Amino acid sequence: MNKLQNNKAWLFVLPVFALVAFNAIIPLMTVVNYSVQETFGNNEFFWAGVIWFQDILQSERFHASLGRQAIFTASILAIEMPLGVAIALTMPRKGPWVSVCLVLMALPLLIPWNVVGAMWNIFALPDIGFLGHMLNAIGFDFNFTRQPGDAWFTLILMDVWHWTSLVVLLAYAGLSSIPDAYYQAAKIDGAGSWAIFRYIQLPKLSRVLTIAFLLRFMDSFMIYTEPFVLTGGGPGNSTTLLSIDLVKIALGQFDLGPAAAMSLIYFLIILLLSWVFYTVMTRNEEQ
Amino acid sequence: MAKITLDDLRHAYGENPERPEDYALQQLDITFEDGGAYALLGPSGCGKTTLLNIISGLLTPSHGEVLFDDEDVTGLAPDQRHIAQVFQFPVVYDTMSVYDNLAFPLRNRGVPEADVDKKVREIAAMIDLEDTLMNRASGLTADGKQKISLGRGLVRSDVNVIMFDEPLTVIDPHLKWQLRSKLKELHQRVKRTMIYVTHDQTEALTFADKVVVMNVGEVVQIGTPVELFETPGHEFVGHFIGSPGMNILDCEVKGGQAFLHGQPIATSNAGALKDGAEGPLRLGVRPEFVSLSETDGIAADVVKVSDSGRYQIVETRVGDMPVKLLVNEGIEIPTGKTALSFRADRTRVYRDGWLVAGGAEA
Ligand SMILES: Nc1ncnc2c1ncn2[C@@H]1O[C@H](COP(=O)(O)OP(=O)(O)O)[C@@H](O)[C@H]1O
Ligand SMILES: [Mg+2]
Repeated sequence: MNKLQNNKAWLFVLPVFALVAFNAIIPLMTVVNYSVQETFGNNEFFWAGVIWFQDILQSERFHASLGRQAIFTASILAIEMPLGVAIALTMPRKGPWVSVCLVLMALPLLIPWNVVGAMWNIFALPDIGFLGHMLNAIGFDFNFTRQPGDAWFTLILMDVWHWTSLVVLLAYAGLSSIPDAYYQAAKIDGAGSWAIFRYIQLPKLSRVLTIAFLLRFMDSFMIYTEPFVLTGGGPGNSTTLLSIDLVKIALGQFDLGPAAAMSLIYFLIILLLSWVFYTVMTRNEEQ
Repeated sequence: MAKITLDDLRHAYGENPERPEDYALQQLDITFEDGGAYALLGPSGCGKTTLLNIISGLLTPSHGEVLFDDEDVTGLAPDQRHIAQVFQFPVVYDTMSVYDNLAFPLRNRGVPEADVDKKVREIAAMIDLEDTLMNRASGLTADGKQKISLGRGLVRSDVNVIMFDEPLTVIDPHLKWQLRSKLKELHQRVKRTMIYVTHDQTEALTFADKVVVMNVGEVVQIGTPVELFETPGHEFVGHFIGSPGMNILDCEVKGGQAFLHGQPIATSNAGALKDGAEGPLRLGVRPEFVSLSETDGIAADVVKVSDSGRYQIVETRVGDMPVKLLVNEGIEIPTGKTALSFRADRTRVYRDGWLVAGGAEA
């Protein structure tokens, strides 16, 4: 094929470049800039080299936040992925209930994040919140503002409530696209429901589940608003996830250099893990 | 192994069917004898797949019963009926190897692994999948995938019937021919009932001992290929089977004598028809049984001659009705006016589409 050389075509992509430059590249470069400088106020900056990166990578505080972040993300993935698929499997495939189910499922996704945090905060309060009150009424000593375990329980429950729907909707779309012929063949071949799931549904879902996994991984690794509103990172630092810690350093203590270095490390971790997951999960298809 | 009987069967996909058009299958009574090779032949949309799905249990008929021998299986699920069915478009289990695909129906039924291995290798050899047995099924071509589908249908030895729903649609012509002969061969070896659905008459006629011809949800005739050719029970059969199909010509019958375009014509069954019978009357005669006769016969004009290999297809006109006939290669065809003679024992009267019963059948 002969490619037509058309330099004017670049003009059409120029707006996109401009947009990307303004909302991604320029802010990112600013952060890079901060991460290698030291300032003592007066808008004076000095070259600092990689000391901020060394500091962050060696700081126990960062390790602790990263650890909490990893536990949080791993927990919600371990719950939301199977739960989402399970719910999608039980949803009706046709009939009037389909749209009812879909709307119900979409609802949590439509609520603003800070509202989700506020809702769950009130919901889980031990004295006036329905959840907190009921838990105490049936004999649990539940107080998420005082006890780290309870805070984690509420935090994970909130995320599961908020985001499992995303997995459900993606899995449901994947299930709906499986032609009837597969189920018919499976019936003729005498496959039970486990075999149908294992050999038909799961393989056909692998693509959408890869997408769901990556979306949930990235989103949960960067989560800020909901835990900030729910627990503010507490009690103590027990629910201080990476993003909450980052904001404390950047805006609470105004340590721009370390905060910038931390942002970059944070960014690279997400990029690297996403790449690893994607490679591992799509490896099978390329064989 | 069992005889399959469809008793007063009807099926409508929609709820509350009222008119005949609401039914995908009109009333059917068919018996498939144990061990027969049947073809279900009919144009697209006539209800062949619906019928298969009812026999296999994927669909429950809205009316009537399915019997295996004398047992009523209408309410049983497919896996309780001991049937195998191959679908029109290939279904393979992507993540499994070819071997595991073929073994799947056996393993689901708890067949010991040693027997599974024996059966899988036997079937793989039959359909030429031996070299790719350990490959992943998803990597195969459409041909290969359809062979797997076919193989999964053939691998079980406990089935009452194997049903093929246009199984060779996506397969290239040469391989199609090979696979069809293999199926035929297999049938002769194991004598298991097979029902082969197709809309292609050549496929049906070469595969089957008995052909069930369907049209718009109805069975129009069940017979051997020879019967369908020599004695079409319905205009549709005459027209649908054979190439070119049967000539179907408007006619009149008076006092047991048929008239074509005002000229008397000898038929095998006009005598059985009473005067004043309702419904349009038509004469059916295959091009094979019409010949040119210069002396006497029905006056006709030759319109066109085309060559189809062994024969010349001559298109003529009697009045304004087209009549086709086959003439052997190498015979001179007159141009313009000529006369046709119809073989009396192969020329029949049809009333309202259906063959008029009685008369001197050949
Ligand atoms: N799932 C279905 N729902 C409603 N109508 C159907 C369905 N499947 C087939 N039909 C209708 O039933 C008739 C027979 O279809 P089918 O059995 O698939 O024909 P064939 O296999 O001979 O091509 C067609 O008119 C078709 O539109
Ligand atoms: Mg069909």
